[in-house]
Order: sequence, then structure tokens, then C-alpha cells
Amino acid sequence: MAADPTNIAARAKPAAAPFVDFHDVFLAYDGKIDFAVEDINLAIASGEFVAIVGPSGCGKSTFMKLATGLKAPTKGTVTVEGAKVTGPLKIVGMAFQAPTLLPWRTTLDNVLLPLEIVEPYRSTFKRDRDKFAERARALLKTVGLEGYEGKFPWELSGGMQQRASICRALVHQPKMLVLDEPFGALDAFTREELWCVLRDVWARERFTVILVTHDLREAVFLADTVYVMSKRPGRILAQREIDLPRPRDLEVTYSDSFTNIVHEMRERIGMIRKT
Amino acid sequence: MTLAQQQRLEKLSPWLLTLAILVVWQGICTLFDVSEFIFPSPIAIAQALVQYAKPIAQHAWQTFWTTMAGFAIGVAVGLTLGVAVGMSRIVYRALYPLLVAFNSIPKAAFVPILVVWFGIGSVPAVLTAFLISFFPIVVNVATGLATLEPELEDVLRSLGAKRRDILFKVGLPRSLPYFFAALKVSITLAFIGAVVSETVASNEGIGYLMMSAGSSMRMPLVFAGLIVIGVMAMVMYEVFAVLERRMTGWAHRGSQAGG
Repeated sequence: MAADPTNIAARAKPAAAPFVDFHDVFLAYDGKIDFAVEDINLAIASGEFVAIVGPSGCGKSTFMKLATGLKAPTKGTVTVEGAKVTGPLKIVGMAFQAPTLLPWRTTLDNVLLPLEIVEPYRSTFKRDRDKFAERARALLKTVGLEGYEGKFPWELSGGMQQRASICRALVHQPKMLVLDEPFGALDAFTREELWCVLRDVWARERFTVILVTHDLREAVFLADTVYVMSKRPGRILAQREIDLPRPRDLEVTYSDSFTNIVHEMRERIGMIRKT
Repeated sequence: MTLAQQQRLEKLSPWLLTLAILVVWQGICTLFDVSEFIFPSPIAIAQALVQYAKPIAQHAWQTFWTTMAGFAIGVAVGLTLGVAVGMSRIVYRALYPLLVAFNSIPKAAFVPILVVWFGIGSVPAVLTAFLISFFPIVVNVATGLATLEPELEDVLRSLGAKRRDILFKVGLPRSLPYFFAALKVSITLAFIGAVVSETVASNEGIGYLMMSAGSSMRMPLVFAGLIVIGVMAMVMYEVFAVLERRMTGWAHRGSQAGG
């Protein structure tokens, strides 16, 4: 079980001031009567890796928009870093199932895009471009894209595009990384490879991660805490601490303890789908 | 046929087809002894082109610059309206029905009005070219902006991007292929506008030349005018096609894009 139980306990019960705090959050989209998500209460500690799983269309993406301030809750409050969220947060990096790279920019320029927009980098971008480019190159190297900086997105494979997309989400050193089914469109081998890339980047930088996925193995392998959402209207039905020791090797996914957790959660989701 | 031969044939094909049409045309005129006043043969048209080369060149230049002036205004106005319509739902709602209604009015109907306002000459030609050419640009630029992927917008907004940032970093570059596609359509329309206006409201230009040649039954010269317009429009179309490939090569990489 856990190598350092105190550490796990600290993560399981976030300290007095959680990094992200959802309090009785409801959201109905404009003009709709029924809620897309309802009664969400959860707290995410700083540096915690959280995964949200649930059937498709359950409001996972809505949850993500609430956490990043792209949508304001209809009822309840979302607090990040102790302050109530009122508009889009600027400490967030995002990546989606589609890499959404800009085809007219090289890989390097795509990764640099956030630095052209977000402060404080924006004001010094022209002056410090070389320094920033160096940082982007270093980041691309860590995900195995060294030598592809000058290529255009359409010259890269799907997996490579997704790597670049994750670099773009990380280049401005966000405190929170939000991933919406980032590996959903990739083949199984590439997916597992990218799990490890994400695991290593997170282990080094220790930002907070919200990973929205419907792949249970992915959630259990990567996350500290997995939340299960019901189908619409989305509610948090279960919270499961994953106490597998870190660092986790891909081998873990073949161990009994891993399989048991996945199996247990699979059953819960099965029950949700039947109701 | 080898691949090299096939490629060469493909390159030559427009010239071969043009040549074939001319040969058949000449054949029909010679064979049936068609009167030059009804339907002049290619040779008669070529003779007219050479004989009147100087006045044709003068009139062609007039048509060319009025077309380009009108087209330039059309690009400026079209781009501005396109950005406004593509960026704002309210502007879209308010302006779009009016634009569609306006676009369905035949532009020839405007020429008499323009003559009353500005008199006979270059101004009505420039304005008619403008009126007819801006609409495709509006529609295409607006479409390019409105079809921005919502995920990409989320990425940018979560970085604190302002609407201006989204427009300049993503919206406009992304709509460039749409914009250039519209330019190719608009430039040919601009020629139509200018020539239509010249036929009724000018003492200069290819449109006027054809009108006066027609009234004095010099049909080869009328046809020569037609050919000059066609060639000018085709050349300008190609210019913008080349420009398009240069500027937006990334959009024409075919199936491997997207991945």
C-alpha cells in the first residue's frame, strides 16, 4: 500500500484552504430549465491530481468550464486560491481531445502562443522571445518532440500533435492544468506513452491537475483522487482515493491492487448507467 | 501513357481546348460563310484586335483601373463588415438580412442612380464594381470567423485573451483561406460591374467601346472587347490564386492535415 501514509492522508483531506473549492454548485445553460450539473461539492488540494470519470454527456466538460471560470455557476460558488471565481482564470492551461494547434504556426510557435497572450509574459514577449523559445524547446524535449520544433502541425502524427498541445498548455507555467479527454483519440500504445509523459511532468512541476476522462484505467493510473459523476444532471456520486504508491510504473496497471480498484469503480459506473 | 506525359498533357490541356474551340469556330464561320456582322470569325476578331490595338489598350486600361479601384474599396468594406458580422451576434442579426436583400438587387439597376449623383464617367464604374464585389468577401470572412473551434476559444479565453487577441492571433489568420477564395470570385465580379456601368454611363472603357462598336456594326471589334475583358479577368484571377497559394499554403495540404 502507501509508501508514506501521512502524505496520502494529507492529500485525501485537503488542508483548511483548498486550491479549488466547489460549494453547492449548480449550473443550467442559458435558457434551459434543467441543470447540467447539480449539487457539486468538492475540494481539490494544491498540487493534487484529480480525475473525473462518468458516462459521456454527464457534464464532465461543464465541470471543467466551472473550474476554469469559463462558465459562472447558476447557484453556489467556486473558489480558487481563496478567491471567488468571477471570470476566466489566468492561471490555467488547457488541452482537449482535439489538439487544436494552429496550422499556420510551427510547433514551436504554437507552444509559444500562450506567452503572447498571458501576462506577465505578454508585455516582454518581443524582448524575451529567445529566452521563451528556449523554454518552449526544453518543454518539447521533455515530451519527446526534440527536433520537431520547426515542423507544422500537419506534418506531425496525432500523438505528436497531442504532445505539442500539452506543451502549449504548460508553457506559461500554470498552477492548474485542465485536460478534457486529452488521450481519447489516440491508439492504446500512444495513450500509455503519454500517460507516462504527463505523470513525469506533473511529478516534476506539481501543478494541480483536473483530468476529465472516461477511461477508468487512465484515471486510476494517474490520479490521487477519482470522482465519479452520474449521468445528466451531473452529480458527484463517489470519491475514491487512489492509494497506489508513487512513482507508478506502467507495470502497476497489471497488478491486482490496480485491477481491483478499476473493477470496483467499473461496477459503480455500471450501476449508474442502469438507473 | 507515362506519368510525365500525363502531367504534360494536364498542363497543356487549357491551351489545347482553347485552340480546339477556335478551330471549330473558324471552321463553322468559313464553312457556312457566316456574315462578319452577325458572328465574326476568330481571324476577323484577331484582325480587329491588331488594327485597333491602340484604342483598345486605352479603353482596357480605363476598365482595368476602375475595376481595381472598385475592387479595392470592396475588399476594404467587405473585410470590415465581415469582421463585424463574424465577431458579433448582434451585428450579424441586424445586418445580414439587409446585406442579403441588397445583394439580390441587380447592380445594373444602380447605374442610373449613380449617374444622377455623380454624372457620366469613371465614378459610376468604380462604384458599381465596388457594389457588386464586396458581398462575397463579407460572407466568407464572416464564415471564417464564426467557425472558430470552441475549444480553441476556451484555450485562449482561459489565458485571459481579449476579443482583439482572439481576432488577430486566430480569427483572421484562420479566415485567410476563406478570404482569398472570396477575392477570386470578387475580382471577376468587379470586372462585370465596371463593364456594365461603362456600357451605359461612360465615354471610356471596354464597355463603352463595345457599345459604340456595336452601334456602328463593327462586330469583330465588339468581340475583341469581350475577349479583352475575359483575358483581364482571367489574369487577375490567376494573380489572386497564386497569392492565395503563397499566403495560405498550410490550408491546402490536403488529407494529411488535421490528423
